[in-house]
Amino acid sequence: MAEVNNSSVIQLLADRFGAKVNGVSEPYGLLTVETTKDVITDVLRFLKETEGAAFSFLTDITAVHYPETNHIAVVYHLHNMVSKLRIRVKVFIHEHTPSIPTATVLWNGANWMERETYDFFGVKFEGHPNLKRILNMDELNVHPMLKQYPLEDPNRVDKKDEYFGR
Amino acid sequence: MSDINIVDAPPGIEGSGFFATSLDKVIGLARSHSLWPLPFATSCCGIEFMATMGSHYDFGRFGSERLSFSPRQADLLMVMGTIAKKMSPVLKQVYLQMAEPRWVMAVGACASSGGIFDTYSVLQGIDEIIPVDVYVPGCPPRPEAILDGFGKIQELVKNESGRRRHSDQYKQMLASYGIE
Repeated sequence: MAEVNNSSVIQLLADRFGAKVNGVSEPYGLLTVETTKDVITDVLRFLKETEGAAFSFLTDITAVHYPETNHIAVVYHLHNMVSKLRIRVKVFIHEHTPSIPTATVLWNGANWMERETYDFFGVKFEGHPNLKRILNMDELNVHPMLKQYPLEDPNRVDKKDEYFGR
Repeated sequence: MSDINIVDAPPGIEGSGFFATSLDKVIGLARSHSLWPLPFATSCCGIEFMATMGSHYDFGRFGSERLSFSPRQADLLMVMGTIAKKMSPVLKQVYLQMAEPRWVMAVGACASSGGIFDTYSVLQGIDEIIPVDVYVPGCPPRPEAILDGFGKIQELVKNESGRRRHSDQYKQMLASYGIE
């Protein structure tokens, strides 16, 4: 079996998806690619099931909010345990219509990860069997990791600037 | 053998064969030396409380040997640690299940004010949801500080009027927390 490394995976993705998988970079040796929400399920299935990629383990799903460009990046981390190789797949979606197909059809473990990402970023995973908050209290009416919301609790009264010489 | 200390009698009128004092003081004396605490320990302050309960600091000296892990038999709710907002209804229910008279002690910076966790997910002090009698500062407080706070609770218990829990002022205070 041929060795699986970053360049061989890049070649596989280019052969199969062409320009639909772009933005290839390798910061600190971690292969990173970008794709779109139309093909994300296909890309993940390809990475999971194709011999020569075999990223069978879903490490994490999370998101990043970029308010300057009105985007939310949904980030998938996959791990090939046999070849000790990791890949990071990013999908940029618009912050006003944050929806993306679910990955629970590929990994059952994606269930709680997607609930967490929904909880904190409001990303709606289409087809998720039980998309509700997982960590925050149910009464919370915002998705707190979106950057328009303050991190600090507004009820706090003892942290006035004057006490800190600010 | 160490000397055995017993508490002093409350001030009163003493004579041959009788001793007269007020009922409040007798009840306060008895209650203050048999408080059953309910430890609501969620983090490092709870570890300090475990040290407080251990043989070195010996919380049992003050009549609190018997911890009550059921709120229904507890006199004193000791909240030790960070209370996330998701947990606040649980804490409130525990408080509601306690029978009067009940006291509450907020141990440590987190229970008192949210502490370093100035964030959307953490309750900024348990006094946002239940009334608190004594605050113990520290992050976490030393066992000595917890004992000192407990002494303050004992003073409150000793000097509480038997009518306090029936007063309009007390009822208004509870109502301000949404407690009937």
